[in-house]
Amino acid sequence: MNSEVRSFLEKHDLLGCVQCGRCTGGCPVTARTDLNVRRVIYESIDEKMLDKMSKLPDIWDCTTCSTCAVRCPKGLKPLEVLIGLREVLVESGMVQSTVRDALESVFQEGNPWKKPRATRLDWAEGLEVKIAEPGEKVENLIFVCCTVAYDPKLQDIARNLVKVLNKAGVDYGLVGDGETCCSSEVYNLGEAGLFEMMVEDNTELLKGFAADRMVTISPHCYSTFKNQYPLLKMEIVHYTHLISELLAEGKLALPKEVSKKVVFHDPCYLGKKNNVFEEPRFILKQVPGVEVLEFERKKERSLCCEGGGGKMWVETESRKERLAETRIKDARALGADVLAVACPFCILTLDDALKAKGFEEEMKVADILEILHEAAG
Amino acid sequence: MSSKPKIGVYICHCGINIAKTVDVEELTRYAVKLPNVRVARDYSYMCSDPGQLMIREDIRKNGLNRVVVASCSPRMHELTFRKALVEAGLNPYYLEIANIREHCSWVHKDKQEATAKAKKLLQAAVAKVRFLEPLQEKEVDVEASALIIGGGIAGIQASLDIANAGFKVYLVEKTPSIGGRMSQLDKTFPTLDCSACILTPKMVDAASHPNITLLTYSQVESITGYVGNFQVKVRKKARYVDFSKCTGCGLCAEECRLADRVKSEFNMGIGNRSAIYLPFPQAVPAKYTVDPHSCLFLTRGKCGKSPKCVEACPAGAVDFEQKDEIVEFKTGTVIVATGFDVFDAARKPEYGYSDYDNVLTGLEMERLISSSGPTGGKLVLGKGDGEYVPKEIAFIKCVGSRDKSTGNEYCSRVCCMYTAKLAHLVKDKLPEANVRIYYMDVRAFGKGFEEFYDRVRREGVRYIRGNPSEIFKRNGKLVIMVEDTLTAKPLEDEVDMVVLAVGLEPRRDAREVIDLLRLSQSSDRFFLEAHPKLAPVDTATEGVYLAGCAQGPKDIPDTVAQAKGAASSALVLLSSGKVKVQAQISWVNEATCRGCGYCVEICPYTAIELVSVNKMGHEVNVARVNEALCKGCGACAAGCLSGSVQQKSFMDSQILPQIAALGGKS
Repeated sequence: MNSEVRSFLEKHDLLGCVQCGRCTGGCPVTARTDLNVRRVIYESIDEKMLDKMSKLPDIWDCTTCSTCAVRCPKGLKPLEVLIGLREVLVESGMVQSTVRDALESVFQEGNPWKKPRATRLDWAEGLEVKIAEPGEKVENLIFVCCTVAYDPKLQDIARNLVKVLNKAGVDYGLVGDGETCCSSEVYNLGEAGLFEMMVEDNTELLKGFAADRMVTISPHCYSTFKNQYPLLKMEIVHYTHLISELLAEGKLALPKEVSKKVVFHDPCYLGKKNNVFEEPRFILKQVPGVEVLEFERKKERSLCCEGGGGKMWVETESRKERLAETRIKDARALGADVLAVACPFCILTLDDALKAKGFEEEMKVADILEILHEAAG
Repeated sequence: MSSKPKIGVYICHCGINIAKTVDVEELTRYAVKLPNVRVARDYSYMCSDPGQLMIREDIRKNGLNRVVVASCSPRMHELTFRKALVEAGLNPYYLEIANIREHCSWVHKDKQEATAKAKKLLQAAVAKVRFLEPLQEKEVDVEASALIIGGGIAGIQASLDIANAGFKVYLVEKTPSIGGRMSQLDKTFPTLDCSACILTPKMVDAASHPNITLLTYSQVESITGYVGNFQVKVRKKARYVDFSKCTGCGLCAEECRLADRVKSEFNMGIGNRSAIYLPFPQAVPAKYTVDPHSCLFLTRGKCGKSPKCVEACPAGAVDFEQKDEIVEFKTGTVIVATGFDVFDAARKPEYGYSDYDNVLTGLEMERLISSSGPTGGKLVLGKGDGEYVPKEIAFIKCVGSRDKSTGNEYCSRVCCMYTAKLAHLVKDKLPEANVRIYYMDVRAFGKGFEEFYDRVRREGVRYIRGNPSEIFKRNGKLVIMVEDTLTAKPLEDEVDMVVLAVGLEPRRDAREVIDLLRLSQSSDRFFLEAHPKLAPVDTATEGVYLAGCAQGPKDIPDTVAQAKGAASSALVLLSSGKVKVQAQISWVNEATCRGCGYCVEICPYTAIELVSVNKMGHEVNVARVNEALCKGCGACAAGCLSGSVQQKSFMDSQILPQIAALGGKS
């Protein structure tokens, strides 16, 4: 066994696996694709198989929702094995062009969407926003996220957050146009080298701000900064945490009634990965008029929308129903008016599914901030 | 010290355990050259008879007055070699062990380096042994009685054995009845004995035994003292029922305003009881108890015009004036048999235990299927009009066992077999039901277990290899998300009922017992035995023994065997009537002690107190050690600010040369 392969085996503790099948049994995409992560682990124990395994299209089905890791009785992280195999492929240079372009864009422009860095703050035009200055003290440093900053469908999330924060008189500052991709998806796409570089650069950049903590809009940024930036010694919170605080302390008034039935979809990167379940529900319950519904599959049992894990750039081949569509159907069956989320990727997948199902009249997908902005008047 | 030290050094090969990694011959040549060493020898097994004989003969022939054995940990054979010294006429405390196995050969690979380290360890032991002083072992009388904490099958069995040997037993049980977990089981695996039928006679024997004092609905408040002489204080909680008057007729429970409205602990919450209750029909003692947490009169001070139970009782036994009672007694030994709790299935939210009534735990299933259970043994779910007979039934194994995500890495040892038993009982009651068991391994290791597993499979119970990941409800059915790992097919199995084979955990109030007796826990959080192989019922606290699941998960035969083992250990102490107390205890130099009391605070055994003495005409405080209580842990000696407290055999004058030797060049 050469040392590099031994490190793959050891890094992922493959010999610790008892082949119980909890990872595959609970895997949301296994239900609609050929991915069987238990078998991938079993076969990856053989060093000679690694190259072959890395060429399996199945390894790109994983959405990195972490269900497998949360359920594993032996402490393994099966999703990391898949990411590890993606790394093998990325190193061989044989990845899909969409993936290559996204990675290239992060390297060049600091975002995976091939957008110029200079337009990163365009969403804020005409808004009263505060940009944090390096070295100047600020309570809440706001990290917007590439997807929110550039996608016209999502820019309202950032605008709503800023309006709400202005209204509540919160001491905040945006990272600004220097903001650079957290690189969650760079990691998930298997570009370990670029990820490491981005972590170093971002750590350097963010350390420069004299902030008590950083508030992220996307759960993906939240989880990545919180768990994968060992040298960034800054408290990282998701915006639902900050808003919950404001509501609990009575700093944010919600005078307008929003008479809607709302069901909350737990984003994997907030719930399963980081055990944040209560804040979003707390917020919704504070909104006058809102009736909060619950999915059968909620919290720890929430169903992934298939938005993460690089799925924005790799299409899954399957004739079976998308999980986002299952989710939309379930929400509809509950009689929900709004499927509320707190994650930009969830909005994109669920909104597509809503349109595919033709439920645009009866129901809508909205970020919690949209509901909040409406209630704040 | 009267005579010059003449030291013998004995180096053990421990077969190849030491000799493979340490050059024992080189070590022997090195030892002879150390100061005061008269003789040094190496031998294959120093602990063997010929090995000990070698030491004894050298002591006699060469007039040795100090011995160093370089071998395994002193925990293994210090006593063996001390005995050898005594037999040769030497004080046993003139012995020092150099641990060159656990501290050296077992943890190193390089022979040269290991040998160099062994030399250091040996040199240090030789340096210390020169300054050792003779110590005298004292004996104290043993109080001829035992305290047993916990009235399950372990506690009952241990009590009966000790009582039958003629000694007094105090059996303390927290709940209103003895019987424990075994009384909740329907049948036992693999023989399918009726659990209550084989247990009840033992419960009655324990209650009627002239040597056993049964203290039910009671808790040990404090235990002080030491081996052979424990002072025990027990709180007998008020039952609000006069024991001497209650006939167990049950009219009170029938009339209680909360009849059938309080969750029954015995039935694991799937059946109800009254606020005044007998936990189960065969309860011992067969006396009623008022539950202070639900009784209207006790919680609100009012129950209608007057409490119905009082009116109903023909014997006038209900007495709301009753108060807790403190009982005090002395015992020579203690057996801890506090049992287990089952894993709380709510801690695995993915299985929906908190959300769905038709997801049950194994113990709930026991009560549901038991003829003494809330449905009289009918396997039905739902209530009233919603009642239904499940047809598709799944069992899930290893829930809260072998699972790092729950913090329980251990196998609970009983779930494989109780699952097989319950599956058999289901097939027995509902032959048409489709029963499957989801598993990752089947562990059928006990007598008759594999045969039973074979039988249950042939009865039509399907074993599917895959550990389910999630359960949710769809169209009124439970959907189990699982992979059949033998066919590599992910399944969504729709069933009417799921039984979670929950594992065994330490009692949630184990902390109280730990504080009471200063017990330790192993990494699985069960109570720690003194040695996993050779002292499985002993604890680090002398005179305190373990029995049953308090020490780790086990089935009934193993529990009974361990209870008998604990009883036997306790009886060794009780029947000898005397016990040696630790000789390597602390000692206070009263001349330098400043009476600050720091050691009193530190001592975990309350073995030190401040006493007033006259120093040059002044009344001053000094620390004084109670020699019977001191365990020789050394905490006081390490903590003493003025160096006035010293532990015998570990005095500064003895260990400083030892440390110096370790630091110096060999």
